[in-house]
Amino acid sequence: MLTFYRRLYPFKSIFHWLNHEHTPTKLFMNREFAFTLQGDVYLRYQSFTTADELKKQVCAMNPTRFEIGPMYTARPRDKKLARPGAFQPVMRELVFDIDMTDYDSIRTCCSDASICSRCWAFIAVAVKVLDQSIRNNFGYKYLLWVYSGRRGIHLWISDREAMELTDEQRKALVGWMTVIQGGKDQHKKVNLRLSLRQLPPSILDSLEVLVPAFTDIILDDQDCFRSEEGWRELLHLIPKNYVESLEDKWEKDYDRSSHSKWEDVKNEIKTKTQKGSQPRLTGTTAMEDIILQYTYPRIDAEVSKHRNHLLKAPFCVHPKTGRVCVPVDPSTIDDFNPERVPTVGQLLRELDQAKDTGDEHHSDWEKTSLKPYVEMLDKHALELMEEVRRVKRERGQGVHLIRRHGLHALTGRFSDTSW
Amino acid sequence: MFSIRKKFVAEVEKHSTLKYPHRLNFYDQPPLGEVTIEEFETCALDRLRILAEIESSFARNRPWEELKRFTLEQCSKYLRLDASSAHKQDTEAQRRKDHLGHFVLRLAFCRSEELRRRFVKAETTLFRIRYEEDDRQEREEFLQSRKFGWESVEPEEVKQYASQLKAAASTYLPPKEFEPNLEADKYYKVPWTRVPDLVERRKVFLKGGKAYVPSKEQSSIVFEEFQRSLEKALLVTLKHLPRLDEDTRIFPLLDNLSQGFLAGVSSEWSSTTSSATGDEITADMVDELSRRHFPMCMRHLHDTLKRDKHLKHFGRLQYGLFLKVLGLSIEEALAFWRRSFSGMTDDKFNKEYKYNIRHSYGLEGKRANYPAKSCQQILLSDQPGPQDSHGCPYRHFSLDNLQTALLSMYSSQGLTVSDLPEVVSTVKSGHYHVACTRVFEITHTAQGLKKGEGVDDGESVTHPNQYASRSRELEKKVKEEMDVDVTVT
Ligand SMILES: [Zn+2]
Repeated sequence: MLTFYRRLYPFKSIFHWLNHEHTPTKLFMNREFAFTLQGDVYLRYQSFTTADELKKQVCAMNPTRFEIGPMYTARPRDKKLARPGAFQPVMRELVFDIDMTDYDSIRTCCSDASICSRCWAFIAVAVKVLDQSIRNNFGYKYLLWVYSGRRGIHLWISDREAMELTDEQRKALVGWMTVIQGGKDQHKKVNLRLSLRQLPPSILDSLEVLVPAFTDIILDDQDCFRSEEGWRELLHLIPKNYVESLEDKWEKDYDRSSHSKWEDVKNEIKTKTQKGSQPRLTGTTAMEDIILQYTYPRIDAEVSKHRNHLLKAPFCVHPKTGRVCVPVDPSTIDDFNPERVPTVGQLLRELDQAKDTGDEHHSDWEKTSLKPYVEMLDKHALELMEEVRRVKRERGQGVHLIRRHGLHALTGRFSDTSW
Repeated sequence: MFSIRKKFVAEVEKHSTLKYPHRLNFYDQPPLGEVTIEEFETCALDRLRILAEIESSFARNRPWEELKRFTLEQCSKYLRLDASSAHKQDTEAQRRKDHLGHFVLRLAFCRSEELRRRFVKAETTLFRIRYEEDDRQEREEFLQSRKFGWESVEPEEVKQYASQLKAAASTYLPPKEFEPNLEADKYYKVPWTRVPDLVERRKVFLKGGKAYVPSKEQSSIVFEEFQRSLEKALLVTLKHLPRLDEDTRIFPLLDNLSQGFLAGVSSEWSSTTSSATGDEITADMVDELSRRHFPMCMRHLHDTLKRDKHLKHFGRLQYGLFLKVLGLSIEEALAFWRRSFSGMTDDKFNKEYKYNIRHSYGLEGKRANYPAKSCQQILLSDQPGPQDSHGCPYRHFSLDNLQTALLSMYSSQGLTVSDLPEVVSTVKSGHYHVACTRVFEITHTAQGLKKGEGVDDGESVTHPNQYASRSRELEKKVKEEMDVDVTVT
């Protein structure tokens, strides 16, 4: 592990990505890092002035993993010196966490902690829908998707506007993104519309991705409605008047495929209702809602709502799988296979085999299969830094004037002795 | 660079000649010109009354329409703000007072998070009430005058996104308006962070971080904006507050103001204020009056005095001044206290107590006319020790004692055990004057008082003498009505 931190972990890239500039700013210096040490010792409120300082401390403590929190009003390590109430989170990437466990009730290939390339398809759909929605609806551009090392994926959004969101605004955004609601005992988990009206526009857009995904994943690959448990769950979501005949049919035809069952639902609605009629609408909206319930991204809302939530840093190693938390390109998410992500053991072997016997070098990762992933982060950080530079240049003088003017407006009058 | 500077200067000049063309004010420019310390204080106090009224309305869970009605009634007394169309000569002065009061209170309320939160809530509510009441056209002019950063959505763009706008509208339109009228409806583009509540419920179409808000929802943006900018401004004010040191008269005043918000606005109450009662009170009457008309604090002092035949210094002060303002003349006061301290020799009474009683009537020493203590003073100054009986029972009693005392004092006037939970929960949330007001309402139901009506037009109790005098007025009114009935039959 120590060798991994010393020779492979891309501290410089992480620094650029968190700091947005070359020279250290508060975005890095006032940023909280939290270390998990061997024996589950948890150290919070660590902070560093430079990438080297971070590296030194990580190498000294050799944590199993470390997490990244918000930028605070003061340096987290000086937290105790701050006046009470004066130590507050200010900025933080907007983050999302999607975890396979939230799909346990649907997926048939694996359960619990395990994940295979087949169930990864759920994550892939979630990434596509979220990525598209965040870019189109909210206009954010600097999205970094990171594999969580086992069965999930994280999203870090670094746009200035996203970093500045208050908890209240984060909560609103999460509300916008949340479609699946309700626990085990609630069958229907999608309640988006007033009676039979249209879906909200953003959800309508996502259906373009979700409808084909429903066929591919739910009907074909996972075959969710083949088992009795699976189709009985489906019947809970179908308008009452169709249930009896479908139940009859499916009880007799043991082992009927999900695909055929979904066709049965469609035919049932088609033959029993007139086109454009109210009952037809009831049927088709129910089908839409079923598609959403089985495929819409299931996000862990609590992670996204609070600026001070800590999230595992990219390129950390998952303690159970040994896999590195590497960035993922959303445009090729379908080809991503979590089982092919390099493990720390594999990387160290690769490093040994690279005959280069020179001294340890901060970019030793270039000699290993970690290379494309680090380059992905570097490219992302570079674009982000370029944007920050551009905005700074544009604002420059203007800010200065506004600040002076604003100050005068307030203090000028009130410090006047005539008051 | 030069042109930017020039524009700024021009703006500043424009603002300084600008008076008050609009009734509504976003308070983003500080008031200009000289202000006397008296004006400073009056403007702030009068505004504070309104804000405190709004707070207590929230504490009492008044429905919006009722809150609005009570607040407007108070505004018409203390903080009139007429429409421009009223062509009143004093609209300008009204608006200046409104403007000034707001800024003084900012100074008082920027100093703790709790105060900021409550101030912002009350101010935003006041703004909302006025906004809803404003003349439609004047409101439109006001909105036009402000640069909210709202972009009008051009008709072509509305057409381009017609299906999305319709889909968004279907999430909230009432059944009859299933389809929005896109040609007639105006839309505005705003950064989505300005309308988080609309976003959270997916009630708007979002594109590139901009929310497309129908003009119907415009008001919610305005309120959000008002609140947001006030929150920011208070933090800026806080940063610059130390500079006010230059005028030492201001800080105690500000302290006073912020305490007023916590305890209700102190009102001066003198015997001349209580017009309805008229008749003088004699020492014999006090006992009877205490049972029918006194607020809990005075009732407690009276009962203690009867039981112990004595009251400690602050208790005598609080009760004595209250009785003075209630209408007890100096002669009657001396008689009352002499009789009450029944275990004491005349000699001791004359030596140790007579002077103080005369002093409180302004007949000794510096001959000042001391006013009776307001709720605010009782709540906040001279905290009672364990042996004391002054103070405000709602604040200074334990919850157990408070409930027992309430029942024993007021059950003859209609207060029952079932009323206690409401009073207790108000006390727990720190709204002592609201609790007292609620007890007033409960104990005056027989006189026709309803829940929410408060001491007068929905006003909360802010002074023990206000409580007592209003109670006596109510009784008198009922008696007069009965007299009328008798003559008719
Ligand atoms: Zn699987």
